[in-house]
Amino acid sequence: MDVGVDVVRRNNVTEGGNPAGRPMMFAHGFGCDQAMWRYVAPAFEDHYRTVLFDHVGAGRSDLAAYDAERYGTLQGYARDVVEICEALDLSDVVFVGHSVSAMVGVLAAATAPDRIGALILVGPSPRYIDDGDYAGGFTRDDIDGLLSSLDSNYLGWSSAMAPVIMGNPDRPELGAELTESFCRTDPEIQKRFARVTFLSDNRDDLQAVRIPTLVLQCSDDAIAPAFVGDYVHRHIAGSRLVPLRATGHCPNLSAPEETVAAIAAFLDEA
Amino acid sequence: MTANAEPADEFYSALLEDDPEELYDNAPCAYLSTHPDGTILKVNATFLAWTGYDRESLVGLRRFPDLLAPGDRIFHETHVAPLLRMQGHVREIAVEVVCRSGARLPALVNSVLKRDAAGEPMAVRTAVFDATERRAYERELLAARRRAEESEARATALARTLQASFLPPAVLPVPGLDVAGAYRPAGDGSEVGGDFYDVFETGRGAWAIVLGDVCGKGPAAAVVTALARYTVRAEALRTPYPSAVLAALHETLVRYHPDQFCTAVFVVLEPREGGMRLVVASGGHHLPLRVRPTGEIDTIGTTGTILGMLDRPLLTDTSTVLGAGETIVLYTDGVVEARRDREFFDDDRLRSTVADLARRGASAQQVADAIVAAALDFQDGDARDDIAVVVVRAPG
Repeated sequence: MDVGVDVVRRNNVTEGGNPAGRPMMFAHGFGCDQAMWRYVAPAFEDHYRTVLFDHVGAGRSDLAAYDAERYGTLQGYARDVVEICEALDLSDVVFVGHSVSAMVGVLAAATAPDRIGALILVGPSPRYIDDGDYAGGFTRDDIDGLLSSLDSNYLGWSSAMAPVIMGNPDRPELGAELTESFCRTDPEIQKRFARVTFLSDNRDDLQAVRIPTLVLQCSDDAIAPAFVGDYVHRHIAGSRLVPLRATGHCPNLSAPEETVAAIAAFLDEA
Repeated sequence: MTANAEPADEFYSALLEDDPEELYDNAPCAYLSTHPDGTILKVNATFLAWTGYDRESLVGLRRFPDLLAPGDRIFHETHVAPLLRMQGHVREIAVEVVCRSGARLPALVNSVLKRDAAGEPMAVRTAVFDATERRAYERELLAARRRAEESEARATALARTLQASFLPPAVLPVPGLDVAGAYRPAGDGSEVGGDFYDVFETGRGAWAIVLGDVCGKGPAAAVVTALARYTVRAEALRTPYPSAVLAALHETLVRYHPDQFCTAVFVVLEPREGGMRLVVASGGHHLPLRVRPTGEIDTIGTTGTILGMLDRPLLTDTSTVLGAGETIVLYTDGVVEARRDREFFDDDRLRSTVADLARRGASAQQVADAIVAAALDFQDGDARDDIAVVVVRAPG
């Protein structure tokens, strides 16, 4: 770890819950920030020490800390997770990773087995692009389409969107401070993160996982289809796959109760 | 009063035409109502007309995100859906709707989330605007911005390459002396500055050092800077007198670039018994500093006239001997005119910087780098002008 890096500030780490409890770390996916967990994390505050953070480049992280080389692979994001664990001196962490952060958790667990004690993978995908028999769900062209979609939707980001991020009192529906930076960040970083997310191939990393792992699979998830969740489950020895009734890719927002119940049941048994 | 009856009838029939049902179905934008999971519950005739689908193939069967191009679908799932859930609405989302024919309809989408009495999401209302023209225009803007960024990057690369050609890639080792240079462009280095220096052998066992500053920036200054370097190199082979070399540069400027001028200092180094002989001439340039190992400082030479300006330049040669452990410092305006608010870095700061280093026996490179760093620090890292420094040190 770089001496003198303020990890807590860099990743906008926020802590809550029971300081004496087992640490539970929540990692958001591509496209949003830690506010993604606002309906889920509070349910664990009685018994767990909750740790939330923003990936560098997202939410209220330190954008100046963004380094294209470091964050050019998911390993860079995994290093951040390990550094947060070190900075807060966490061990036996329950790592809850949504979307791309599921694979960030898999990589972090391999790097720091003494820090990460269990993995909860919400809508994981080790590979988004189809490859022979492996049906990731997307083609390379689709990912290029996403990059151009990001372009179209960030047109004028710097001038027009910045005031919204800074807070806009005459639009009260935006008022909740948590939503201000949600989904919005520097477009260049966003595109780089999109490339890293959707072009990575972490299928070979799954077999290294040796800790209790829960895979939560939504119905009708356009980003991580059932085939992919099943693939993850089959390649992580001893993992448990729980299908959710929730549809879409973000059960943490659309079906928080069901998500909380599935995680709690897994942790209680483990 | 029959004259009024007709307009009144038209008014009422127009009003009837605009009843809410009619307004919904044939509105000038497309409407969709969906379940929170995206399943289409209701859709207006405008949407069907634009996309070519029939109602039966959509309602209760298809999800709205599934009608989007794949890249837009990812953007929808990762950005739009979470944002809609969090803040209750999204505005002006740019997407492409895939029509029944496979053609794509560029559109802007606004959605609001309708909640029930308990606050639970009940339905999403979406308005879709045909944005074919606007999106084509935006694509052109994006392409133009990308081209502008690329050409800016090319221009900067060109400026840096050109600038680098004004400095020796590495200062050649001069026998018996420690010589080093340092350079820092103004600002972000996207513009070519006029500072240059060179160190070369003159062919009579002697060595020459030139350091100068061409007035102005950009291509015009670059042309003169290149010419100045070649002129000086060529003249130094013909004459052993620094003043004659600078006079030739002056003549060249007057003849070929009458509106351009420059300042330069030229030093000839000749090994002699008992030390290194130094001959110095300055054409309107800061005089070289001589720093003794004790930290004591004086200047060498006489400041002549700026080159390319007057009809007859006044240039003088001054010769001296470089003593053991002495350091000579050549520098451009960028050092002493470095500014913080209204204050200049100035001669005094330069002198105290080099005196301190000389007392500690710093190498030529250490001195050169330290001067650039100090001038840069003084203006908070943002150099307003180019900074060039050449340092010569006799072993002590």
